[in-house]
Amino acid sequence: MPPSTDVSLERARSTASAPAPGVRAGAPGRAARGRNRGDRAWAALLGLLGGAVLALVGLVVLSLVHVARPALKAGAGTFVASSDWDPVSGSFGALPFIYGTVVTSVVAIAVAVPISVGLALFLQEMGPRRLRPVVSFAIETLAAIPSVIFGLWGLFVMVPWLRDSVEPFLARTLGFLPIFQGAPIGLGYLAAGLILAVMILPTIASVTIEVLKTVPASLKEGALALGATRWEAIRMAILPYSRAGVLGAALLGLGRALGETMAVTMVIGNSPTISTSLFAAGYSLPAVIANEFAEATGDVHTGALAGLALVLFGVSLILNSAARLLVRMVSSGPARVSAS
Amino acid sequence: MRSLLLRRAKNHLMTALCAVGVLLALAPLASLLWLVVSRGVPGLSLSFFTALPTPVGEPGGGVGNAVAGTAMLVSLACVVGLPIGIGAGVFLAERGDGLFGRAVRFTAEVFSGVPSIVVGIVAYGLVVIPMHRFSALAGALALGLLMIPTLARATEELVRLVPGSLREASLALGVPQWKTSLRIVLRTARGGIVTAALLAIARAAGETAPLLFTSLNNQYWNLRPDQPTASLTVQIFNYAISPYEDWHQKAWSAALVLLLVVGGLNLLARLALRSRLGSSR
Repeated sequence: MPPSTDVSLERARSTASAPAPGVRAGAPGRAARGRNRGDRAWAALLGLLGGAVLALVGLVVLSLVHVARPALKAGAGTFVASSDWDPVSGSFGALPFIYGTVVTSVVAIAVAVPISVGLALFLQEMGPRRLRPVVSFAIETLAAIPSVIFGLWGLFVMVPWLRDSVEPFLARTLGFLPIFQGAPIGLGYLAAGLILAVMILPTIASVTIEVLKTVPASLKEGALALGATRWEAIRMAILPYSRAGVLGAALLGLGRALGETMAVTMVIGNSPTISTSLFAAGYSLPAVIANEFAEATGDVHTGALAGLALVLFGVSLILNSAARLLVRMVSSGPARVSAS
Repeated sequence: MRSLLLRRAKNHLMTALCAVGVLLALAPLASLLWLVVSRGVPGLSLSFFTALPTPVGEPGGGVGNAVAGTAMLVSLACVVGLPIGIGAGVFLAERGDGLFGRAVRFTAEVFSGVPSIVVGIVAYGLVVIPMHRFSALAGALALGLLMIPTLARATEELVRLVPGSLREASLALGVPQWKTSLRIVLRTARGGIVTAALLAIARAAGETAPLLFTSLNNQYWNLRPDQPTASLTVQIFNYAISPYEDWHQKAWSAALVLLLVVGGLNLLARLALRSRLGSSR
């Protein structure tokens, strides 16, 4: 059977299993409005529970601002501009953490996106169909592993490997670049970026696969019928169609990378400095919160850390909203069970 | 016009590159699973599950209190997370087609990406500051809040799988809507909801960051929810970053235990889903 027929069959099946949204929306809603007290109570209860989700966001903002207040009073404007972090003497410059978060996330995206897109294309368009359930199961497993176990593995397996093999190799071959200079110590931006790449890979890959599924089969069939090779069909028909969705997948991954705490804390080296080299030890926003919050020296210190959390919350809300909108633009309709 | 040979070669090259992507993605998983099992197994024994942690150098000792602590934290989290998460999911599936429903759905989606450490600080502000004490309650609140958004979305997807004809049949027989929802729709979707709940519980059991400054840690047995409590994940973290070889071994063994718990819950979730959907098809 040619693969194009398979794809269209699969699409037909997936639309058949989803219930038609119009069926249930109309008539029952009208019935609930009128006669029955039980129906009204049930509707109110459900509305309340749904509203609780909306209230959650307000709760988070209020609680964060409450904890951060001592630091906000002490003048939070100087927060971001300074790179001097010394809680004991009362200076709270967040620049090293912001820098570390950005650098590690960029490394993670740069490594994870090509690998995930390659994986998604191979599974969905190129490789044997038998492989799909096996690899999807593996990807789901990867997504389910707790981050502290990634940290453990990173600390005792990946960091020594980076220190003894990868970093010396990079220094030898690409050492003329400033980002690959300095002593190979293993712990640092590179280690954190790579472990983040492993952790965000399932997110990006599974969303990309869902996006690829929404590409109309006729587009690819048209390209193939005109004599394109499989790769040419992908490059000229499939990728242009799914570009926004893949961008959304990458943004979702970025959102996860920014907020990931445990694994990064364990391998980034925890040094509040700014270095050009990826081999150097650094720090990230979530990592400093994780390390210092429980033993913070006084209200202003706690408040400063909560302020960093507020920044993190805002950035992740913006990124996630943008990502969801992009993905939705491509695959309109709630046909995405695996993304949740 | 390029020759067919060249284009075919490029096709093969790109296929090979994408296949390499699959291998690169799976290699860390294989390495991680193998190392957790091979390094974790030697430290396992019955006393590992029942004994209290021992100081460095003292042989024996286990993570019994941490296992109990994780169980307590997750059960308390379920009290907060399950009703709101499942309820919001049912709301989305049953009445989520309007503007309000779309707003709730979007919020849940976006909120599921919020870093868990941020939610930890929220629980700190809501529970630890007023109580003046780290406690299991605070940790459980953080875990419970984290459960809500993903659980709501997963529940919605699974409730929506219930065929519309079942609902219509019930309504046509004159059964009120709320009874139809509870007795027909939710009962049919029960397997799916159990699946979603198990997945949420598995995720909560694996969380570390929000517990660091809410439930903190405890070297002893604790069953009081208003006291600091040990948890498997925080214990793994503390053992791993310590400089002692002896504790590193315990970190690997505890990681194996955690992996088995999380993996077991995921497996159960899969089975629950398969048996329900399999019978309804």
